[in-house]
Amino acid sequence: MKNLVKINIERCKSCGLCVHACPKKILAIGETANNKGYYVVEMKDQSKCIACAFCALICPDLALEVYRAEKGE
Amino acid sequence: MTLLMKGNEAIAEAAIQAGCRLFYGYPITPSTEIPEYMAKKMKAAGGTYLQAESEVAAIYMVFGAGAVGERVMTGTSSPGFSLMQEGLSYLFAAEIPCVIVDVMRGGPGLGGLGPTQADYFQLTKGGGHGDYHAIVLAPSSVQEMVDLTKEAFDLADNYRNLVIIAADGILGQMMEPVEFPPYVGRELKPKTWAASGAEGRPKNNVISYYLTPEIGEAENKRWGEKMSLIKENEQHFVEYEMDDAEYAFVAFGTSARITETAVDMLRGEGIKVGLYRPVTLWPFPERGLEARVNQIKGWMSIELSAGQMVEDVKLVINGRATVSFYGRQGGMTPEPEEVVAAFKARFLGGSQA
Amino acid sequence: MKAILTKTTGLTDRPFHYCPGCTHGIIHRLIGELLEEMDLIEKTIGVAPVGCSGFCEHYFSCDMIGAAHGRAVAVATGAKRARPDRFIFTYQGDGDGASIGLAETMSAAARGERITSIFVNNCIYGMTGGQMAPTSLVGQKTSTSPYGRDAETMGYPLDLPKVLSQIDGAVYVASVSVDSPQEIKEAKKALRKAFQVQLDGLGYSFVSILSTCPTNWGVNPVEALEWLQTKMKPTFALGELKVPVVEGGNES
Repeated sequence: MKNLVKINIERCKSCGLCVHACPKKILAIGETANNKGYYVVEMKDQSKCIACAFCALICPDLALEVYRAEKGE
Repeated sequence: MTLLMKGNEAIAEAAIQAGCRLFYGYPITPSTEIPEYMAKKMKAAGGTYLQAESEVAAIYMVFGAGAVGERVMTGTSSPGFSLMQEGLSYLFAAEIPCVIVDVMRGGPGLGGLGPTQADYFQLTKGGGHGDYHAIVLAPSSVQEMVDLTKEAFDLADNYRNLVIIAADGILGQMMEPVEFPPYVGRELKPKTWAASGAEGRPKNNVISYYLTPEIGEAENKRWGEKMSLIKENEQHFVEYEMDDAEYAFVAFGTSARITETAVDMLRGEGIKVGLYRPVTLWPFPERGLEARVNQIKGWMSIELSAGQMVEDVKLVINGRATVSFYGRQGGMTPEPEEVVAAFKARFLGGSQA
Repeated sequence: MKAILTKTTGLTDRPFHYCPGCTHGIIHRLIGELLEEMDLIEKTIGVAPVGCSGFCEHYFSCDMIGAAHGRAVAVATGAKRARPDRFIFTYQGDGDGASIGLAETMSAAARGERITSIFVNNCIYGMTGGQMAPTSLVGQKTSTSPYGRDAETMGYPLDLPKVLSQIDGAVYVASVSVDSPQEIKEAKKALRKAFQVQLDGLGYSFVSILSTCPTNWGVNPVEALEWLQTKMKPTFALGELKVPVVEGGNES
């Protein structure tokens, strides 16, 4: 079971801070725009996510939530 | 029990008796006795006196205390009152009840320490920015300073509006016998709007800005309706020898005291003159003037200024009778004889009637 | 799944209006989380400034008062003296706290007001379009220092937390940053200590947070973090500049 980064598409402002902060380099600005016209961040490979939450820590817009898979899930 | 009290101290004592437990101020002559009295008495009353670093800070401390729903007061004099003007505009827009005392002194600039009434424009037309009004009360005796101060807190809470007590350097310093009947406030709604900590209720924001012109206009209209309601309900004045008067003085505060003597002197010579004394400067008591407009041939405003209230008299009279003015400035006060002479020169061709 | 970092009840659902990459949002979140974790939301009254964060009344879940520019600390003082049982914080930018509001900040520190001030320093006036701030760096180009801040005529950046740490009534003064996840965690620790100082009734607590303004610095959000790290951090004192003294003489 993978850890999970939930992305709130409409809150993302494409600032790129999470992309910069992710130690696994698995976040990237995608090619889909939200209703405000911002190109939203995307998770490239959830299986590599270690749920460090650096992305959610540095996100200024509450656009990211991080969950860790529990044993046995 | 009758006490002999100084005006400034009587205001402070009346505030405490009206349930005010917070005073933030900065000393300035001739109002310094207000913070000094509060510094002595607030603690025993279970309240807080805090000396602010400036009048600018003081008015915003008032803003904070009022915003959390507590009765609060500050007192100052003209230059300090100038520093508070932005705060008055903010207090109005945020609809924060509070009481402010302006013990007027000589201006402009650093000016002098004597009594004037030259903050009238600032008080009634708004020294702060935007369309707003404070309720302005003008006591004329130490007893009135007591009664109007108590009334001020009720008015402020009732209308969610700032109330200013407009005194001058003589009223603040003079000592007169004064009574303190037990305070019986009016029945007031609970302050459910206050930002007092959102326990068991949705959060409150106490703010003074609007995000669009549409909202801005709607808010200003709502405040305008509040002002209309206050104008309707709260015009107060006192008439002296007006019933059969052919001429009338208009004066408030200390100049009203002097003018009362001038009225007596003129009446002694058989001249039918009276005194119309506004007790509220805002709302200006148009109603009483309007009621006498057909009766009075000539009005004379007596002020300790270059003539500020006289403009409001002119607006009400609106060309239907003569409106004139006599005043002194810089802290000087006229003798009753001067007022008599000015009246005669203007209305009686300089000679006795 | 176990929630590692999810939305706090200390903030409302209203999306932030701040520019992409502006660090106000990070700081708001830290405050919201602390209010929730320390069970303070219902007892809190926050005081908003004038500036980009002048709309933060809509973002925090607690009661909020909007102060005039520079006067948040005076408003907070008035409110705290009226309701000493409440937790009261101010949230201010560099103009609000260190320029127009400098007298109020220093006086509250001198009096040891039991309030907490959060000072967001991005070396510029953001909301009004990028003018020089008292904290702007020598040589920094802003719209009112278009040739770069000239120390000769415009002075040097003011290090407000350093100054406040000299004042007896200021019992906790910290200078932190939010330029990396690690720094953000340290910033939250400092804020928590500052909040606790108020709850313990010890005196004035002040946390200065180095922040970015990508829009007015004219760089992208990641470049802005680098400018903060390479230019701002060497200029301002960092760390816990003052901590409450514990009985017995050891610092806590």
